[in-house]
Amino acid sequence: MDDLVTLGGLVTSMALVAVAAAISLWRRLGLERQIVWAAARALTQLLLVGAALTLIIDPGQPLVWSWLWVAAMVLYAGDVARRRAPEVPRIMPLAIAAFGCAAVVTLGVLFGTGVFPLEGRTLVPIAGMMVGNSMTATVLGARRLVEELRDKRDEVEARLALGQPGRRAAVPYVRSALRSALLPQIETTKATGLVFLPGAMTGLILAGVPPVQAVLVQAVVMFLILASVTTTAVVVALGLVRRLFTADHRLLALPRPAESAA
Amino acid sequence: MDERRAEEDAFTFDEVVVELGGQRALDGLSARVPAQGVTALFGPSGSGKSTLLRLCNRLEVPTAGRVLFFGDDVADLDPLRLRRRVGMVFQRPTPFPGTVRDNLLTAAPAAGRADLERALERSALEGPWLDRDATVLSGGEAQRVCMARTLVAEPEVLLLDEPSSALDEEATAVLERAVRDLARQGITAVWVTHDPDQVRRVADRVLRIAGGRCVSEPPSPAPVDQEKGSPNG
Repeated sequence: MDDLVTLGGLVTSMALVAVAAAISLWRRLGLERQIVWAAARALTQLLLVGAALTLIIDPGQPLVWSWLWVAAMVLYAGDVARRRAPEVPRIMPLAIAAFGCAAVVTLGVLFGTGVFPLEGRTLVPIAGMMVGNSMTATVLGARRLVEELRDKRDEVEARLALGQPGRRAAVPYVRSALRSALLPQIETTKATGLVFLPGAMTGLILAGVPPVQAVLVQAVVMFLILASVTTTAVVVALGLVRRLFTADHRLLALPRPAESAA
Repeated sequence: MDERRAEEDAFTFDEVVVELGGQRALDGLSARVPAQGVTALFGPSGSGKSTLLRLCNRLEVPTAGRVLFFGDDVADLDPLRLRRRVGMVFQRPTPFPGTVRDNLLTAAPAAGRADLERALERSALEGPWLDRDATVLSGGEAQRVCMARTLVAEPEVLLLDEPSSALDEEATAVLERAVRDLARQGITAVWVTHDPDQVRRVADRVLRIAGGRCVSEPPSPAPVDQEKGSPNG
């Protein structure tokens, strides 16, 4: 396939970054340096990733390199979750475990049943989409659950005082947190094709794949994301409940974000 | 409550220390709460009386010292069973979403209609309350629904953590009468308050708490109240 975007094309497209920076200057937003820095950083990261992926997903390379790449993505996503949700105690190992569970479910179905062939070029991008989308839901769900249990502590303790075990006392708040984590993904899924054209499909069409084939791939990706988002959110929520209640069914002290950052 | 049990102490606090967030909430407190009547835990804000109350159903645990419930160390008791025997009403009413019936069934899923109505009556709520939305009640009504929710599980002890602090005078009087009636029926009541008038109205015995310790005597002796029908402790 001929190069879809030439070096000249890439340089020309940078004019769009200049547009964003110019708007910032015009409206005195003070964001122009950040815009340029973000664009430069993204480009560098993408070039590095592109170079690494070229090596890793080469058909001649053993698949273990792709699996290692996936493991590194999961670890990095766990660290991102920790930084984005500092008020959630020990979220990193929990998020990593949740991504692991989601990987078993989703990659197991897609590769185990032969929906996609298990190769570096399929494994790495599919796992990337799974982890990337799940991370947002993980952070959202975990933050919401801690917020619910902290803000409704009186209600939670009233349930504990009636003799309910911690896990049962947490049920209404887990439900609420899970709904918060999952609804955005469900809404996105509903709007797909009408409001926006999703990334995988757009990329494939731009790369010259027939639209129907691109749509089929996108549908599989959407189902993958739904399953992975749901799995990670539920694993993190249930794991958090185990951590936030003591063995003798007391709710731990949950500091507010400002306090936990202090 | 049988006679032998009535003469025992419901709770014994033995040199109890509680540290919360690096602060000493209780500092070697020793005290006894008799099984009969209403015991008031009286003291200023921050004196440690709510912490003391929360030790009774293990919502809090001592850093040092022991809490005994009818002679048994609460650390050795199953916390879920203990909490069904030692009910608690909180400072702010905490009705759960749903009807009054839903709220009561949360505490006692197997309770029949008669059990639910009896719990409501004991909380001074007579009439058709069961199908009302528990989240739209007045403060006093919601607090009594919370008390009924606790009572439907038939606890031996009722802990009350400043339950009238958000209520008006009338609602407070209704709640106080309801708790006095429960004490007459044999339920041990432990009432946290910082209001000396309330102590005089409801308490058979007063434990004055100051600086995380139990000070021996109340600020003014609680008079023997014929209407209370229980001896002063």
